[in-house]
Amino acid sequence: MAKTHVTATINGEETEFLCDGQQTMLDVLRDEMGLTGSKEGCGSGDCGACSIIVDGRLVCSCLMFGAEAEGTEIMTIEGMADGENLHPLQQKFLEHAALQCGFCTPGVLVASKALLDKNPNPTEEQARYWLAGNLCRCTGYDKIIEAVMDAAAEMRGE
Amino acid sequence: MYSPTFAAPQSIDEAVRMLGADGAKPLSGGTDLIVQLKSGRNRPAAVVDLKKIPGLVGIEETADGFVIGAATAGAQLGEHARLVAAYPGIVEGAELIGSTQVQGRASLAGNLCNASPAADSVPCLAAAGAIAVVAGPNGEREMKVSDVPAGPGRTNLAKGEFIKSFKLKKPAAHSADAYLRFIPRTEMDIAVVGAGVNITRDGANGPIKSATVWLGAVAPTIVEVDASCIIGTSLDDATLAKLDAAAQSVCNPIDDKRGTIEYRTKVAGVLARRAASIAFKRAGER
Repeated sequence: MAKTHVTATINGEETEFLCDGQQTMLDVLRDEMGLTGSKEGCGSGDCGACSIIVDGRLVCSCLMFGAEAEGTEIMTIEGMADGENLHPLQQKFLEHAALQCGFCTPGVLVASKALLDKNPNPTEEQARYWLAGNLCRCTGYDKIIEAVMDAAAEMRGE
Repeated sequence: MYSPTFAAPQSIDEAVRMLGADGAKPLSGGTDLIVQLKSGRNRPAAVVDLKKIPGLVGIEETADGFVIGAATAGAQLGEHARLVAAYPGIVEGAELIGSTQVQGRASLAGNLCNASPAADSVPCLAAAGAIAVVAGPNGEREMKVSDVPAGPGRTNLAKGEFIKSFKLKKPAAHSADAYLRFIPRTEMDIAVVGAGVNITRDGANGPIKSATVWLGAVAPTIVEVDASCIIGTSLDDATLAKLDAAAQSVCNPIDDKRGTIEYRTKVAGVLARRAASIAFKRAGER
């Protein structure tokens, strides 16, 4: 089976990979690129653990073919911290203990970043609706929302 | 191991040629297709991504109304202020599909051609008289959106045909639409019943001049309700009761754990009334 050659910018770096027609972007990230931060929870777009940002748009990487990435700009959880410096969302998740097992956390963080990129001053209701596609079975969500709201305030300089 | 070929044509002609092959499937947002492919329910020999074709993604406002690229994601519909103002019901239906992540990909053409009877964006498209522009081996043709679904998982598109865009006419003065659905939870579920209503009033404070009402999830395809009982009225209680009865009379739903026949039928009447009331009020505000 002929593979598709894809060139995409992943976390700021121009990247090339080969993929076959049934591989999702999540398969490519995890199996071909070794970027295992994005998780496969359900593989059907229900849980959000594989969330990435493609050309500024939050998507489930399990619901996108790897071959579709041609020419796109992609951000994964691996591109969130600036070297050793955590992104404010990551720091606030630690401070608020907004995670327990951590499996959903990369997806929640990427989704939260997409929210704050679009709306730096969300209401709690907006944050809850935006993150409704990210399932967490540990925290009960309250701490996640607290961390997101706190990070948003800090990023606004409040 | 199973693996389809993948291609992203740059033109309609190229896509038509590729989709003429046996087992080729068009790809828009992929939020249904990829799940079906992974589960083995749908194993296309070739996946043809339509999103690189000019015009397939995006919304254009024309002198006649709007042209929406078939593969435009739901989130893009919600970000288009003029479309939201003109067709709030179509946009609220499309935006009910899935999570933020799914909204970043899921399209009107995918929702229509996946052909679930419960597809949330379809009742209001039908109520608006939306036209699907279809490309295929015999050239282009136009179909009413309401003529596209043939039954669960089946459409009336011929082999090799695919939807290129949707045309929405410029809304008449004092007209608006609304969509309501019932689900057992608050978010991200499949409609047990959906109701889309488009109403034009005779002046901002006037009675209803014309109305179309379509229901989803209560029959193998969307079904139209005879809305003649509300024409010339301002939706008093007696009129709404007639609309309720008219909606119930066209229901032919399945009976499952998410809703019995009796329940779905009753809810269809309630949602038709409520969606009509919302559309009526909105129509008076423009």
